[in-house]
Amino acid sequence: MQLFPCPFCGLRDETEFSFATEAGRGRPEPAAEVSADAWSSYLHFGANPKGATREVWLHAACGEFFVMERDTVTHMVTVQEAGEP
Amino acid sequence: MGTCVTRRYSAFGLFREGLRGHTGWQPAWRSPQPKTRYDAVIIGGGGQGLATAYYLAKNHGINNVAVIEKGWLGGGNTGRNTTTIRSNYFYPESVALYDFALKLYEGLSRELNYNIMLSQRGVLTVSHSDAEMEMAARLVNAMQINGTDAELLDRDGVIARAPLLNRGETARYPIFGGVWQGRAGVARHDAVAWGYARAADAAGVDIIQNCEVTGFLVENGHCAGVETTLGTIRADSVAMCVAGHSGQLAALAGFELPIRSYSLQAMVSEPVKPCLDTVVLYLGTGTYLFQSDKGEIVVGGGLDRVPSYAQRGNPPMQQTVISGMLEMFPAFGQLKMLRQWAGIVDVVPDSSPIIGPSPLPGLILNCGWGTGGFKSIPAGGWLTAKLIATGEHDDISCPFDLDRFRTGRLIDEAAGSGIAH
Repeated sequence: MQLFPCPFCGLRDETEFSFATEAGRGRPEPAAEVSADAWSSYLHFGANPKGATREVWLHAACGEFFVMERDTVTHMVTVQEAGEP
Repeated sequence: MGTCVTRRYSAFGLFREGLRGHTGWQPAWRSPQPKTRYDAVIIGGGGQGLATAYYLAKNHGINNVAVIEKGWLGGGNTGRNTTTIRSNYFYPESVALYDFALKLYEGLSRELNYNIMLSQRGVLTVSHSDAEMEMAARLVNAMQINGTDAELLDRDGVIARAPLLNRGETARYPIFGGVWQGRAGVARHDAVAWGYARAADAAGVDIIQNCEVTGFLVENGHCAGVETTLGTIRADSVAMCVAGHSGQLAALAGFELPIRSYSLQAMVSEPVKPCLDTVVLYLGTGTYLFQSDKGEIVVGGGLDRVPSYAQRGNPPMQQTVISGMLEMFPAFGQLKMLRQWAGIVDVVPDSSPIIGPSPLPGLILNCGWGTGGFKSIPAGGWLTAKLIATGEHDDISCPFDLDRFRTGRLIDEAAGSGIAH
């Protein structure tokens, strides 16, 4: 069992966490001017990197959203930060 | 060069080699150096890539083709899946695709002159409540309307097919009935890769292992070939059939895909005497299992929940899968597990594959199969070959174009057939 760092609760079991999205993919605005391509890209597409990645995670136990930098091959967590992604 | 490879396998040949001490067998395919130019280059020497090359040669007469594999042939998800073949899907588009694959599988051993050990032992999906039985009836109706075989079983029907199932009063997931697809089954996964490789090689296709693609050759906005660890290879057309590593290649080609990569685990027990002659899936536990020809119980379940390229898997899902198996078959509590492994699957938001042109002209996509790449190998290869050869979609592959994420015409099988992947 891997432990992930929640900024509010500290180290907790990986099963308490949910992957939310890649960090830095803001919702395109204003809605009326968003093209189908831009909306589709925001909704569905991603870089899905092999190696270092920066992601938004949810700690379901306390409801905290936070940014975690980790490696998708080694699963090593390098950085965790609270606040706005 | 000059290696003698192609020979027809037969009972007589086996008998003759038996008398000669098996000294006359030749390699099943050549291992050539890559040429500098091909009509088509297929990236990925798994089932999908090899089948694409085979159908390019067979259906379209295009045999100046290379299949490029960074590791060994069939060593990715083709060698890591649990070998189940089925077409029990909800939407007409999905049944058309997966049943096409099942039909091709049914004739494949003969066509390839290579025994893929297809065993149509049926797949049983068990429901645990009246509400789930309503959904099971809906799925059976949809499958029958879409032209594939399906049967709704009651409790007795389920127990007759898998007598060792947990039928106790205290079962957490009681047996109410289930969906039966009798034509579904299992096949030997390595043999599918090897059979296609041998047949493609015999048709003139170059299979190049231990050659990794490091970049794409782009000229005038058009894909003109690939850069590899064995040098530049030019091609009129390039297809990528690399399953869980599609995102990585897309990044090299300069675009993104609606794909996230996850580990999918499986495990086998020690071999035991015959006790289970079908494939059983519990909707409640998400665990499915069958008994291999060697007697091992092969067990699989859902995805690991952490996006990953690590081909090993994490303990929480092992715990879920094993506890699911014990709920389904209490007698299997005595089994010793022998091996556990994982493959990297390419999960798409609507749990359906992507077949079609990519944003880079000249590069064709065959990806997004999630956990269903093995069962669809013949269809995926057939349809990708048609796209390469003609530039046009087949009616079967058209709904699975990348364009559906822009138009919103998704084929959501996670919701449709309740099979999460």
